[in-house]
Amino acid sequence: MDTFLQQIINGLTAGSVYAVVALGYTMVYGIIQLINFAHGEVVMIGAMVAFTVINALVPYGLPPLAIVLIGAGCAVPICMLVGYGMEKLAYRPLRHAPRLAPLITAIGVSIILQHVALLIWSRNVLAFPQIIPSRTYMVGGAAITTIQIAILAICFGLMAALAILIYRTPLGTAMRATAQNQQVAGLMGIDINRVIAATFVIGAGLGAVAGVLYGTYYGLAQYTMGSILGLKAFSAAVLGGIGNIPGAMLGGVLLGIVEALGAGYIGDFTDLCQYGWLAGSISACDGGGHFVLFGSNYQDVFAFLVLILVLVFRPSGLLGERVGDRA
Amino acid sequence: MLLEVRHLEVHYGGIRAVAGVDLAIAEGELVCLIGANGAGKTSTLKAICGLISSRTGLIRYAGEDVSYAPVHVLPRKGLVMVPEGRGIFPQLTVEENLAMGAYAHGGGDPSAQYDRFPRLAERRKQVAGTLSGGEQQMLALARALMTRPKLLLLDEPSMGLAPMMVTKIFELVHDIAKQGVTILLVEQNARAALELASRGYVMESGSISLEGEARALLDNPKVREAYLGE
Repeated sequence: MDTFLQQIINGLTAGSVYAVVALGYTMVYGIIQLINFAHGEVVMIGAMVAFTVINALVPYGLPPLAIVLIGAGCAVPICMLVGYGMEKLAYRPLRHAPRLAPLITAIGVSIILQHVALLIWSRNVLAFPQIIPSRTYMVGGAAITTIQIAILAICFGLMAALAILIYRTPLGTAMRATAQNQQVAGLMGIDINRVIAATFVIGAGLGAVAGVLYGTYYGLAQYTMGSILGLKAFSAAVLGGIGNIPGAMLGGVLLGIVEALGAGYIGDFTDLCQYGWLAGSISACDGGGHFVLFGSNYQDVFAFLVLILVLVFRPSGLLGERVGDRA
Repeated sequence: MLLEVRHLEVHYGGIRAVAGVDLAIAEGELVCLIGANGAGKTSTLKAICGLISSRTGLIRYAGEDVSYAPVHVLPRKGLVMVPEGRGIFPQLTVEENLAMGAYAHGGGDPSAQYDRFPRLAERRKQVAGTLSGGEQQMLALARALMTRPKLLLLDEPSMGLAPMMVTKIFELVHDIAKQGVTILLVEQNARAALELASRGYVMESGSISLEGEARALLDNPKVREAYLGE
């Protein structure tokens, strides 16, 4: 089996989900310069709602695809409502406050949402029922499953749709105008409160779908899943250049690939038995054994390694937000 | 009166930037507001548009009390400001900037503006931040006209432009006024503004010190000495 190609496929799948989540971070940052740390929890709520609905519907013998669609169809509006609510109740009153205040509020909203989820669903892990018959196809020595294909198609479809919305519609243009100069946008008759609310709602809707896909991919959802997924997507947004929409897409996909390749090869690289001068002194290596220092369970390290490297060497990210010409 | 401002006061912290201004503009007039830097001209305009919340006084527009109307409501009623420094959206194209002018009433046809400003028609796909200062001012005017204004508030449209372009901008303002748009023009270029306007107000440290026919103000010895450099 071709490890490289396999990890690229796995990385693309996870990365496309990161990208969709990262869009939620970057859109909000672009328009009000707020890092909405609660976005990861919105994604988690999306997965939890969808899984609850899906598990409840399984006994009725509906077609699997319909069940999943109904699950996602419930998750998206609920997450949009959560996104709208947090903007209206938590962030709007702080619109003109110093930047630290909304940032700390975002952490607070994140904690609240996580604990509300804990109250509703308790600590239990919700499993995704085995209802979708997953087929595996071989592509040049690597395997790709139907679920992976579906995730890739949905995520890239959503990214394309969002790009059209942002760059080709009046609402999208109004969002970009508001991001560049809120005061003048208001003077043109744009209701900036509505535009900002729309940004949160769209980001939350994308997050809900991403949550359902992520949960489906790994087969489970839990109230804590938002933190790590949120942090990874945030890293992806920073990697691409926070505030930059194509950047979030690129950053998400790249982060997924880096992570998958890292997870795929870290075991081989840190297998001390392949280093002759060390192997002699490690008894586990006798007779072709292995002594692996870091296994693929260190996968999560790569996202944060990337975050640190970007912050050190290119703080504005790959496609960098053009902060300079924001008058 | 299309616009009536009574006892307008603006405070920034403890500083009183506008100290009881009264203005009245009838439909179809071109009125200018002149004064030195820091006299409170821009604060007056911003307060009229609802951009400054820390103010007192009454603002009536088209017979309606709009003292506390949200910023985005006034442009929809035809009261539009072109801010100082033009306020174009630098990363949007010329076309998209114009579309934002028409956003509130669901998009409009920019062709009338391209006829008026052929320079903008040539650059319609160009990102606005790359335009020259004069072109940006034209874009700001064209975008304001896309809102179908009844009353235009122009804040220093000639600022920072080359002399040729200043003349051109004042001609455009004159044209726009002739087409029936009421204009309140704020300018430091007092002579050009008074020659263009029918009436004028002179503002000094936060209040109106003189007002009257533009011609009379041009002949007023005090104005000549303080603002026309004679």
